[in-house]
Amino acid sequence: MTKSNFTRRGVLKTGAVAGAALATPTIFDGSVWAAGHTGFTNAPEGGSVTLGFNVPQSGPYADEGADELRAYELAVEHLNGGGDGGMINTFSSKTLDGTGINGKKVEYVTGDTQTKSDAARASARSMIEKDGAIMITGGSSSGVAVAVQALCQEAGVIFMAGLTHSNDTTGKDRKANGFRHFFNSYMSGAALAPVLANAYGTDRKAYHLTADYNWGYTTEEAVTQATEAAGWETVNTVKTPLTQTDFSSYIAPVLQTDADVLVLNHYGGNMVNSLTNAVQFGLRDRMVNGKNFEIVVPLYSRLMARGAGANVKGIFGSTNWHWSLTDEGSQAFVRSFGTKYGFPPSQAAHTCYVQTLLYADAVNRAGSFNPCAVGEALKDFEFDGLGNGPTLYRGDDHQCFKDVLVVKGKENPTSEFDLLEVVEITPVAQVTYAPDHPQMGGAEATLGECNPGA
Amino acid sequence: MDAIILQTLNGLDKGSAYALIALGLTLIFGTLGVVNFAHGALFMIGAFCAVTLQRLLSLSHEVVDDTRTDFLGNPLKVDVPYLYDIFGADVGQGIINWSVPLAILFSIPIMAFIGVAMERGLVKHFYKRPHADQILVTFGLAIVLQEIIKYFYGANPIPTPAPEAFVGSFDFGALIGVDAGTIIYPYWRLIYFSFAMIVIAGVFAFLQFTTFGMVVRAGMADRETVGLLGINIDKRFTIMFAIAACVAGLAGVMYAPINSPNYHMGMDFLVLSFVVVVVGGMGSLPGAVLAGFLLGILESFASMTQVLDIFPGINQIIIYLVAIIILLTRPRGLMGRKGVMEE
Repeated sequence: MTKSNFTRRGVLKTGAVAGAALATPTIFDGSVWAAGHTGFTNAPEGGSVTLGFNVPQSGPYADEGADELRAYELAVEHLNGGGDGGMINTFSSKTLDGTGINGKKVEYVTGDTQTKSDAARASARSMIEKDGAIMITGGSSSGVAVAVQALCQEAGVIFMAGLTHSNDTTGKDRKANGFRHFFNSYMSGAALAPVLANAYGTDRKAYHLTADYNWGYTTEEAVTQATEAAGWETVNTVKTPLTQTDFSSYIAPVLQTDADVLVLNHYGGNMVNSLTNAVQFGLRDRMVNGKNFEIVVPLYSRLMARGAGANVKGIFGSTNWHWSLTDEGSQAFVRSFGTKYGFPPSQAAHTCYVQTLLYADAVNRAGSFNPCAVGEALKDFEFDGLGNGPTLYRGDDHQCFKDVLVVKGKENPTSEFDLLEVVEITPVAQVTYAPDHPQMGGAEATLGECNPGA
Repeated sequence: MDAIILQTLNGLDKGSAYALIALGLTLIFGTLGVVNFAHGALFMIGAFCAVTLQRLLSLSHEVVDDTRTDFLGNPLKVDVPYLYDIFGADVGQGIINWSVPLAILFSIPIMAFIGVAMERGLVKHFYKRPHADQILVTFGLAIVLQEIIKYFYGANPIPTPAPEAFVGSFDFGALIGVDAGTIIYPYWRLIYFSFAMIVIAGVFAFLQFTTFGMVVRAGMADRETVGLLGINIDKRFTIMFAIAACVAGLAGVMYAPINSPNYHMGMDFLVLSFVVVVVGGMGSLPGAVLAGFLLGILESFASMTQVLDIFPGINQIIIYLVAIIILLTRPRGLMGRKGVMEE
């Protein structure tokens, strides 16, 4: 039993303006919204604006959360004119000038998602209600992203998703107030399949082990469809409990089949353990159907791949971004982050930093913090210089479309950060899909109406 | 048939970890009457003893390699372990590779100290308190211990490989005359099972064939009478707590190459181990071992695709289902004694 009281604070703050805002038609362009600086949740007063960084600070993804927080702190520093400016200097949009956002100094509060939906919603709610956060961003799990996105929609603030890879975030659970820069399961499948077919041939039999939750399902669906389209056969798909730590009893049955590829639709600790167990069982030394047995990890996290040690060597996967990219934007970010913290940023850090700049830029272009004005500014926004090449924030589903990296575990790493090598940059056209694609919720999936809150 | 042999091996391997943890839990419950929810944390600390020794042996100094650059384009700083300087690269790396077996010796004094400190410093104050209080305080202690480990080692798993000599798999299929490559099993898991059997046998032998063990067993049966005979049973029970901590720690040390240690691994085993203790019979050491292997094997068989096709999801509930059935038919567990945990 919960009852939303998000409007109370806004009503007290904005008084009669709220009534006018509610009576206002909901479809406007940015210039109309730019005229209105009140009438929405947590309209900033004074010379500062507060952003809410909701990241896992405890629980199994705490290290990833810590890296996200580092990126957010760096972004705030750059927005306020500190440091070397990082990717602000390479960003194709030139509205960010080191004077904060829309002339207001950027401040921030943090919350701990604990990688639990309930805890993440509670911390986001607290940042919105008590701290006056105008925007919520962060997270390292699709379950959390979907839950917090729904809350932000209800509260009338913008949600700039952190690391969330499930199709559902901008698929069947898409929301008008939510935006995702990170890539998704469909894109991983579409990028990986041609590379896998090229490396291992089109006559392959794949066995999938899939984490038994939302992200696992969408990744399994995306990878099976993409690899089957490339000629592979799916021998079996087995769901594994999210809490599983020893995968030996799931890997042993693979030996009894004629599968010659094992696809591990696992992330984080699940991925580390299942991959380690698979290598222990000698799968990589195995010959089946006259071919070398291969293992594939659709979503790589460099931070977590460290836990699997040498077991990642030679194993294909995909990633949203990698610090070894040589484009100007990536290099600027790596230089800023590496100088400040002493090690290269993760893909989670990258997407969080980029999301913060994108939000700030959208506010500047809209001339307003009103979430609906910001949303309009982000819709169909095309940009470059943020590390992924030319990118489109598609208006239909609020998903970023950009090139996808196919990576492989490096055979001879030079350091603990040098685990992956980029083997192909898949062009955006190859990973683009229709907004009503069946994997994305079909025609029934809609953004709904933007909610400005108060 | 191949699948059954493989899953039996898996079950014995999983059961080894369950049995070792449940054995320690039962030792503590049987001697001190304390329900120790921090026992999983002791398993985790054992694994981190292996991580710590690996890091100690890998202590390095930096050497600048001008031929390569780091991520910022500066000359690459390469870590060279001091052991390389002392013994040469091959021998030095060989010693580092043997971190886990060496950690068996390294962990025993550490775990014994932690066990004594836990018992004397905290647990003894709760002997006469209700079991609910004991559970709360030891569960709280478990959370504190895992947060301490997370603070120093981070939240991510840390790879702790077995010696290279034990990397790879043993081909059972070739041994028993079926197709080669159909029944293969990792060497280290076979070693883990063998190690567990040795530790279990050692604990039973210690209790059965030493004077100390005899007094402890007498104390477990009738603490008051043993005290009246002028024997300081409390001191012996403290030592048993330390032994139980060592058993959990050794289980953790040897488990480190199977799954990379992380701060949460103790909690992953704790609940299952309590189920094992209850199914085996509260206070029964043979019961704990028997139930550990039984539930390990059942869990493995429930994960077979043939079984999952008939009973989807059975792998997630099998242990609890069996526990319910056993407790309904044998309320004291498989080998529980009358009067234990009963008013």
